[in-house]
Amino acid sequence: MTKTATPQSAVEAIPNGSILMVGGFMGCGSPDSLIDELVRQGKKDLTIIVNDTARPKVGVGKLISARLVKKVIASHIGTNPETQAQMIAGEIEVELVPQGTLAERIRAAGFGLGAVVTPTGVGTVVADGKRSIEIEGQTFLVELPLKADFALVNAKRADSRGNLEYSLTARNFNPLMALVAEQVIAEAETVVPVGGIAPDMVITPHVVVDTLVAKETCHG
Amino acid sequence: MDDKTLIAKRVALELKDGNLVNLGIGLPTLVAQYLAPGLDVTFQSENGIVGMQALPKGALPSPDLTDAGGAPISAVPGAFAFDSAMSFGLIRGGHLDVTVLGGLQVDELGQLANWMVPGKLVPGMGGAMDLVSGAKRVIVAMTHTAKGEAKILKRCTLPLTSVRSVDLIVTEMAVLKTTSEGLLLQEVAPGVSVEQVIAATQATLIVPDQVPVMPLAA
Repeated sequence: MTKTATPQSAVEAIPNGSILMVGGFMGCGSPDSLIDELVRQGKKDLTIIVNDTARPKVGVGKLISARLVKKVIASHIGTNPETQAQMIAGEIEVELVPQGTLAERIRAAGFGLGAVVTPTGVGTVVADGKRSIEIEGQTFLVELPLKADFALVNAKRADSRGNLEYSLTARNFNPLMALVAEQVIAEAETVVPVGGIAPDMVITPHVVVDTLVAKETCHG
Repeated sequence: MDDKTLIAKRVALELKDGNLVNLGIGLPTLVAQYLAPGLDVTFQSENGIVGMQALPKGALPSPDLTDAGGAPISAVPGAFAFDSAMSFGLIRGGHLDVTVLGGLQVDELGQLANWMVPGKLVPGMGGAMDLVSGAKRVIVAMTHTAKGEAKILKRCTLPLTSVRSVDLIVTEMAVLKTTSEGLLLQEVAPGVSVEQVIAATQATLIVPDQVPVMPLAA
């Protein structure tokens, strides 16, 4: 059952040192209220699983700027010089994962798969230390599921039970991450009454959302 | 005409009616400006949309609609939006006709390196490894040299993006086609000689008797 919470109380439940998946792509579709609250509460030693670290002070980049992160698993950090600087200084560990592989490793965890096999990265440094498998003459890398303690996702609309609907490219990794973590905290720009989102339009079902944080509530 | 415009105008001629195309951030993005009128080409942005187009001048940007670099875009009628697993399913699953990417190095085997310079620059591969592994046709759009150093080499010295050979390399000096025998000098840019291309290239090129001049989109 989904409970509703303020950003403050939702984030208070996150211990220092947690592994967080955070939705968003270059700041588009980021759960900004939750990110701001992580910074305000000064959560420390976080591991974040994200597509990218956006730019300084944008989206998940705020966590980097506030030096709350000890490890980043991402496909791209090139647009945030602070991530690069902290990595070079040895203050932050960065694991780079091809974007499609990142999506599939998250999806595998959420869908209960033991691994995914992909042609991406075969013969490159991405393959170092990984098992490979031959299937019908083609080589694939065995990529393992990525799990997390908390997923922080952003939705365009939620109904009060926690069903989620997304908007355009703000969707990105959000619905994948919403299936993974022990605790899923969804931040919705608008919350409508149950029935306000048609069943066919629900992308993330309420059964996986533990906590719903509303930016505004729409009555009627 | 500056180098980037020339490269974009040559790459534009490679896109065909009905193609689904992914353009990388930076130089490749310029290609969309030079498509022949009436050509039905659909652009994917890997952050989750098929049917993207540049934001028209004066149009209101939406915070929910950006390209893979986070810049505002708009969408054509009939566009569709999806999550990152679907996006890379389209890319890896062989549904993407053409990807156009930038490059740091390409070698005689057609292998591309474009995602890191160890010890100097580690931006990450983003979607590049999946795009090069999965697209039906891979076009590299890049300058021929960097600060006087050759970028088209016998073997890449930087970490590879994929072991798969790219299909075409378009620079401000030449168009090179990958073949099972090596890199074929297919065209030279207007005002550039075959000798100049060879001098600016470390890789051994296959040079036909006649090398035509690069055609360019209007």
